[in-house]
Amino acid sequence: MNLTLKIWRQKNTTSQGKMVEYKVNNISEDMSFLEMMDILNEELIVKGDDPIAFDHDCREGICGMCSLYINGEAHGPDRGITTCQLHMRKFKDGDTIYIEPWRAKAFPVIKDLVVDRTSFERIMASGGFISVNTSGNTQDANNIPIPKDDADEAFDAATCIGCGACVATCKNSSAMLFVSAKVSQLALLPQGKLERERRVLNMVDQMDKEGFGNCTNTGACEVECPKGISLSNIARMNREYLRASLVKKD
Amino acid sequence: MSELKSNIPEGPLADKWTNHKNNIRLVNPANKRLIDVIVVGTGLAGGSAAATLAELGYNVKAFCFQDSPRRAHSIAAQGGINAAKNYQGDGDSVYRLFYDTIKGGDYRSREANVYRLAEVSANIIDQCVAQGVPFAREYGGLLDNRSFGGVQVSRTFYAKGQTGQQLLLGAYSAMSRQIGRGKIKMYNRHEMLDIVKIDGKARGIIARDLITGEIERHSAHAVVIATGGYGNVFFLSTNAMGSNVTAAWKVHKRGAHFANPCFTQIHPTCIPVSGDHQSKLTLMSESLRNDGRIWVPGKKEDAEAIRNGKLKPTDIKEEDRDYYLERRYPAFGNLVPRDVASRAAKERCDAGYGVNKTGEAVYLDFSSAIMRYGKEKAITEGLGNISESKIKELGKKVVEAKYGNLFQMYEKIVDQNPYETPMMIYPAVHYTMGGLWVDYNLMTTIPGCYAAGEANFSDHGANRLGASALMQGLADGYFVLPYTIGDYLADDIRTGPISTDLPEFEQVENEVKDRLNKLINNKGTHTVDYFHKKLGKIMWDKVGMARNERGLKEAIEEIKALRKEFWENVLVPGDLNEFNPELEKAGRVADFMELGELMALDALERNESCGGHFREESQSEEGEAMRKDDIYAYVSSWEFNGDASGFSLHKENLNFENVELKTRSYK
Ligand SMILES: Cc1cc2nc3c(=O)[nH]c(=O)nc-3n(C[C@H](O)[C@H](O)[C@H](O)COP(=O)(O)OP(=O)(O)OC[C@H]3O[C@@H](n4cnc5c(N)ncnc54)[C@H](O)[C@@H]3O)c2cc1C
Ligand code: SF4
Ligand code: FES
Repeated sequence: MNLTLKIWRQKNTTSQGKMVEYKVNNISEDMSFLEMMDILNEELIVKGDDPIAFDHDCREGICGMCSLYINGEAHGPDRGITTCQLHMRKFKDGDTIYIEPWRAKAFPVIKDLVVDRTSFERIMASGGFISVNTSGNTQDANNIPIPKDDADEAFDAATCIGCGACVATCKNSSAMLFVSAKVSQLALLPQGKLERERRVLNMVDQMDKEGFGNCTNTGACEVECPKGISLSNIARMNREYLRASLVKKD
Repeated sequence: MSELKSNIPEGPLADKWTNHKNNIRLVNPANKRLIDVIVVGTGLAGGSAAATLAELGYNVKAFCFQDSPRRAHSIAAQGGINAAKNYQGDGDSVYRLFYDTIKGGDYRSREANVYRLAEVSANIIDQCVAQGVPFAREYGGLLDNRSFGGVQVSRTFYAKGQTGQQLLLGAYSAMSRQIGRGKIKMYNRHEMLDIVKIDGKARGIIARDLITGEIERHSAHAVVIATGGYGNVFFLSTNAMGSNVTAAWKVHKRGAHFANPCFTQIHPTCIPVSGDHQSKLTLMSESLRNDGRIWVPGKKEDAEAIRNGKLKPTDIKEEDRDYYLERRYPAFGNLVPRDVASRAAKERCDAGYGVNKTGEAVYLDFSSAIMRYGKEKAITEGLGNISESKIKELGKKVVEAKYGNLFQMYEKIVDQNPYETPMMIYPAVHYTMGGLWVDYNLMTTIPGCYAAGEANFSDHGANRLGASALMQGLADGYFVLPYTIGDYLADDIRTGPISTDLPEFEQVENEVKDRLNKLINNKGTHTVDYFHKKLGKIMWDKVGMARNERGLKEAIEEIKALRKEFWENVLVPGDLNEFNPELEKAGRVADFMELGELMALDALERNESCGGHFREESQSEEGEAMRKDDIYAYVSSWEFNGDASGFSLHKENLNFENVELKTRSYK
C-alpha cells in the first residue's frame, strides 16, 4: 500500500516543531508500524535528509520505549498493544497517517518523536519500592503465603510498562494510572503493606512536583493503556492516600 | 601477557563458595564510602549489582542507553527463572540443578561456577518475593512451578509470560530506592564507548550522552560490565534492537579475553521470518513446549500442499503427522534442550517437510493439550458427560490462563488464532553463551574490570538451559559480585578519588572522538542497516546452526571484505552533537563486524560439535552431535593483539572432578 505520513519534526527541546509530509510506497500488510518507519528512514538517509527520531527497543510490547501518538491516539488504533505491536494491516492503501510525540508538560520533546520521561524515574525513586535489602537474608519465599487472587491482582497492576500513554491520552496529562499501578501492586502484597502510607504520600507528592495534571476521572487512560491497567487502581490509590493522610495526622 | 587464572577455591565442590566467602577480604562500611564503582548496564545483572553495591555503601554510577533501567532487554524474558527449591518435592536439589546445567551445557563450563549458581539460586526467589515480585501462585497461596526444556523436574518460577519483566522491575525498584538515597547516580541515555586503564587497572570509562552527544569521562575504582549478549551480530534475533557488544568489545580490545565467542544459542520456538522488511524476530516462550506438540507432515506431498495453500494443518490426519521430537527422543520428547530441538527442526525443513511459504517453519500444536485440560476440568467440576466442543471450550480457558499473553502476541503478529490452528515456529538466534572471560570472582583479565550476566561466559558452557539466564544474572548481581569485588577493592581504601584529568583519560577520549568523527564524516552511499543485514546473512548462513570448515573460512574472508567496505562506504546522517540514533547504530555495527570474524575463527578452531555449536564434520551416523572431550574440553579464551595481528588463543582446561563426562542423550 501507499501512504501519506504527516510527522512531527522538532530539532531539539528548545526549538519549535512542525508537521512535515512524507510519502511511503509499497508497504506490506505484514510489516509492523515501526518497520514502516524504518523504511522511510532508510529512504531519507540515502537522500541526505535527517531521519526521524523515535524511541523503540524490544519491539515486542514489553520495554515501554516506543511512544507514538498516531492519528490522535496513543499507540495508534487497535487496543491492548504498543506502537511496536501495531501492524500495517490496520491501515488502508491511500491513508494519511498523523504521527506525533507524547504531549505533556512533564514529558518535554528531546527530538522529533522522542520525549523525556525521566519524571517517571523520579516518582519511582520517591517510593516505588519495598525497603528490603538485597542481601538475600530474608525468610523462605513460601513462609508468606499470599492468596492467589491477591497475587494475581498485584501481578496485573505490576504489568505496567511505564510507557506514558496514559499521560499522553489524558486531557490533563495526569500520571494517576501509572502511579496507582505501582502503589496498588505493593499495597496488595503483605510485604508491601508495612510502608504503604509513606509510599503513597511520597509518590503522589513527587507526581505533583513534576507537573502532571489532576485526575478528573474521564477514564481515557484505561482505554489507551496497552497493558489494560484498570481504573480501579486509581480508586485504590485514592483510598490509600486518604487512609495515609488520616494515619499521618494521628 | 595475561595469564589465565581461574582462581577456583580449594576444597570440596559443595564447600568452595562458603570457604571462599569466609576467606576473602572485606571492605569495612566506613571505607566503602570512599570507593566508587561504575556499573555499565542495568538489566538483571547490572541492576541487581548496582542496587546491592549501593546498599553495601559503595558509591555507584550506573549507565544504560535506554531512558530508564526498567527497559533493559531483560524485561523481555518470558518463561521463568530456575531455582533449586524443591517445592514440588519431585527430587530437585542443588546437586541436580548443578548437574543438569553442566550436562545441558554439554560439559563446557566450570564445575565450581555452576555449583555456586545452583547454590545461590534458592536465595534469589526469597529475595525477589521480599521485594514484591508477584510470582504465580497456587490456590493454597504458595508459589507455583513449571518445567522447562532439558530437565525432568519442575523448578521454574514464573509470572505468567512476563517473568523477566517482573524480576527486572524488582531490581529496578531496589535501584530506585538507592537512587532516591543518592547512593546510585543513574546515567540514562548514556552509552559507554571505551574503558580507561591506569597502571593496568580499570579506572573509568568514556561515555556519550546520547541526548546532547557530549563525550564524558567517568572514573571509579572498579568497572562492572553487565551489558548483555551479542546475538544481534546476526541482524535478526530475538534480542532488543539496541542489544550490542560495544562495551564488551571495547574492553576486549583493551586487554580482556573474550571466551567461547562461537557458542550461540538458537532458540527453537520463534515466529518464522515473513519477509525482507523484518527488523527482529519474536520468541514464543519455551514454556509452550510443556503443552504444545511439535510436528510436520509425515508426507512430503502434504507439506508441499500446505506450502502452496492447498491444505490446512488441521486437514492432516493424526497418522500422517510426524511428531519428530517424540519420535527421535522418546525420553524427553518435546522438552529436549534448545540446541537439539532447533537442529531437529532444521533437519526436517532441509529435508523438504517445512510448512509455511518459505518452507522454514514447523507446527507447535495445542489441540491435544486443550482436550486434555478440558477433560480434567470437566472431571474436577463434576460436569459428567459433556460434548466435545464444551470440553474444548473448558480446555481453551486453561490454556489461556497459562499462556494467554503469548497467544495474543502471536495472533497480533501473524494474524492467525493459535487456539484454532497450530502455531508456526522456526529457530532463531536468541542468546550468546560466549562473552568476556572471567575468573571465579567474575573479574576479567583486566584487573578491576568485572563482567556479569549474559556479557560474561561463565556458567552455561556450550548451551544454556531455559530459565537459567535470569537465574545467572541475578546470582551474579545480588549474591556473587558484591562479595568478590570487595576482595579487590580492599586495596583501594586509601587510593582516593581517581582524577579524570589524567592523560590516560584524555588519550582514550581522543580515540573515541576520532572514531565518531570518522563515521560521521564518511558520507558514503549505504546506510548502517544495509551493512548490518549483509553481516547478518553471512553469520546466519555460515556461522549459524550448522558450521563447516569451508563455510567458516569463507565467512572470515567475507566479513573482512565487508568491514573494509563499511568503513569506506557507510553513510551516517546528522551531527555528533545531537541526539543521533544512526550514529549509535553505526558504532555498534562497526564492532559487530569485528566480533563476527572472531566468532567464525573460534568456530573454525573448535572442530567438534557441542551444545549450540554444531560442526558438520563431527556428527554420528544418525546426525547427532559428537563432542571430542579428549581434544576440546577447554574454554577458548581469545586475546586481542592489535588490529594488524588479530587474535591469539589461550586454553583454560576444564577439569571435571564431580561429574562424569557422558554423551548427552535425550533419547
Ligand atoms: C525474548 C527473550 C526471552 C527470554 N526469556 C528468558 C527466560 O524466560 N528465562 C531466562 O532465564 N532467560 C531468558 N532470556 C535470556 C535473558 O533474558 C537474558 O540473557 C538476560 O536478561 C540478560 O540480562 P543482562 O542483565 O545480562 O543484560 P540485559 O538485560 O541485556 O541488559 C543490558 C544492559 O546494558 C546496557 N548497555 C548495553 N550496552 C551499553 C553501553 N555500551 N553503554 C551503556 N549501557 C549499555 C543496556 O542499556 C541494558 O541496561 C530471554 C531472552 C530473550 C531475548
Ligand atoms: S499505566 Fe498503562 S499507559 Fe500508563 S504507563 Fe503504565 S502501561 Fe503505559
Ligand atoms: S519497543 Fe518495546 S514496547 Fe514497543
